[in-house]
Amino acid sequence: MIEVVDLYKDFNGYEVLRGINLKVEEGQTLALIGGSGKGKSVLLKHIIGLIKPDRGRILIDNHDISKLRGKALKRLKERCGIVFQGGALFDSLTVFENVAFPLREKTKMKASQIQDTVFRELSRVGLSGAENKYPAEISGGMKKRVALARCLVMSPEIVLFDEPTTGLDPLIGKAIHKLIRDCQKSLNYTAIIVTHEIPEIFSLVDRVAMLFNGKILAIGTPEEIQASKDPVVHQFIHGELEGPISIQ
Amino acid sequence: MTYGLAPFPFQFLLRSIRFCFLCHFIINTFLVDITTLQNIKYKTSYFVITILYAKIFNRKCFLMKWVFIPFKFIGSVVNKFIRELGRMACFLVEAFFWMLFPPYLIQRVIRRINFIGVKTTSVIILTGSFTGMVLALQIYYVLAKFGAEASLGPVVALSLIRELGPVISALMVTGCAGSALTAEIGIMRISEQIDALDAMALNPYKYLIVPSLLAGVISLPLLNAIFVTVGVFGGYLVGVGLTSVSSGTYFGGIQDFVEARDILEGIYKSLSFGVLITWVSCYKGYYTGYGAEGVSKSTTQAVVLSSVIILVWDYFMTSLLVS
Repeated sequence: MIEVVDLYKDFNGYEVLRGINLKVEEGQTLALIGGSGKGKSVLLKHIIGLIKPDRGRILIDNHDISKLRGKALKRLKERCGIVFQGGALFDSLTVFENVAFPLREKTKMKASQIQDTVFRELSRVGLSGAENKYPAEISGGMKKRVALARCLVMSPEIVLFDEPTTGLDPLIGKAIHKLIRDCQKSLNYTAIIVTHEIPEIFSLVDRVAMLFNGKILAIGTPEEIQASKDPVVHQFIHGELEGPISIQ
Repeated sequence: MTYGLAPFPFQFLLRSIRFCFLCHFIINTFLVDITTLQNIKYKTSYFVITILYAKIFNRKCFLMKWVFIPFKFIGSVVNKFIRELGRMACFLVEAFFWMLFPPYLIQRVIRRINFIGVKTTSVIILTGSFTGMVLALQIYYVLAKFGAEASLGPVVALSLIRELGPVISALMVTGCAGSALTAEIGIMRISEQIDALDAMALNPYKYLIVPSLLAGVISLPLLNAIFVTVGVFGGYLVGVGLTSVSSGTYFGGIQDFVEARDILEGIYKSLSFGVLITWVSCYKGYYTGYGAEGVSKSTTQAVVLSSVIILVWDYFMTSLLVS
C-alpha cells in the first residue's frame, strides 16, 4: 500500500507540492491527472525515493521512504519500478542488454536464465526480434515497451508510469494501455499512472486522482470523477478552454 | 526609517539633512587622498559610517544602492565559488567512499580504461613525438650558444619527464576523454538514465563515477610514460639526425642525469592529474544543466576548468616536490 501524507516540495521558491494526501491500496491502479508542469512527475519521483520531500511522509507498507537509508532504502526500491516518460533506456546498450541489465546487476542468475527471462519479457511486450537493436534504432512506442519490460523483469510490487503514452499515435497508445492492463492482471502489481489520456484512462484504472495547485483536488472512481460537479475537475476532464483553470 | 507621517516641512528638513550627510560621506569615502596612514584610517572610518548610515536610515536610498553594488557582486561571486567548491569536494569524498565498498565493478573499470586511456593513445603518441622534436630543436639552439650541445639528451629527457610529459598528456586526455566523459554523463542525466539507475537501487556513483576515477588514476601515468618515451625518441631523431649530437652522447647523458626521483615526480603528477580530470569531468556531467545547451556548457566548463586546475596544481606540486 502507498500512502502519501501532507507532502510539500519547493523548487527555488516555487512550491510544487503543497500538502499532498493520497492513498493507493495494494493491487489497485490509480491514474494521476492534472495540468502539465504541475508536479505529477515530481510526486512519482518522491514515491520512488528519487527526490526527498521538504515536509511530509511517503509510506510504502508503513515504511517512510524519505526517512530510510542504506540497505533498507535499497530493499524498498527493489520492490518498486518506474517507467520514465522518455523510457530512460541506456543508449549504449542494446534492447536485450537494457532488459538484462537489472538481472545482471542485481541477481545471481546464470547467463542462460537471464536470456530466457529477457526473451519472455520481450515477447510479453511484443518485441521479440528487436533484441539486438539500440534505443536510437527503435520507435518511441517500442522504447516505452522496452522500458516496461526492463521494469517488469524484476517483478516489482509497485509500478509507476510517467506518461506512458505521451507522443505516441492513438493505436500504439491503446496497445500500451492494454499491455499495462494485461501485465497488471497477470502480475497484480500496484500501479500509479501519470497521464493526460482522458477519457481513455478511465477504462483502465480503479481510481483517479486530480492534482491541482499542488494538492489532490479530487479522488475517486472513474465514474465519480466523471460525474464530479467541481468546476476545475469538470473543465479539465472535458478539455474546456473556459473555466477556473487559466491557460498560460 | 520612513517620514511618511511627519509634517511636510519637517519631512523636507530631514531629507535635506540626510542628503547632505550622504554627499559628505561619499565624498570623504571615495575622494580623499590616501597617501598617508592617517588618511587611510580616515577613509576607512568614513566608509564604515557610510555603510552604517545606509543600513540604519534607508535601505532603498538610490545613491547608496550604487555604493553597495560592487560589494554585493563580489559577495555573490565568492559565495557561489565557495558553494561550488564545497559541492565538488563532497562529490569527490562520496566517490572515494563508495570506492571502498563492494561490488567492485572491475569490468566497468576496464571499459573506462579503454575509454580514457586506450582511445587517447594515438593522440598521445602524435603529440609526444612532436613535442620531443620541437624541444630538441629549441634546446639545441640555446645550448649551441654556450657550447653545451652534449647536454641535449638529459635536458630534453628531464623537461619531458618532470614537466611536459605529465602536463601535456593530461591536457590531451582532458580534451579527448574528459570532454567525452562530461558529455556522456550529462546526457545520461538529462535523459533520466541516472535516475533509472537510482530507481533500480543501483548507486550511480559506483556505476559511473568510481570506475572513471579509477580509470583516470590508472591511465594517466601510463599515457605519461608513453608520451615521455615517444618524446625522448622524437628528440633523438632531431638531435642526432639533424644536428651534430651523437647517439651515445644523447642516451649516455640521459643515463647519467635522469634519476629515479625525476621519474617519480612525473608519476606523482600524472596520478594527481588523473584524479583531477575525471573528478571535474564527472562532476560537471553529473550536475549538468537542462537540455543540449546545458550539456554543451558543462562540457566546455569541464575542459576549461580541468585545464586551468592542471596548470595551477602543477605549479604547487612542482614547488612542493622540488623543495
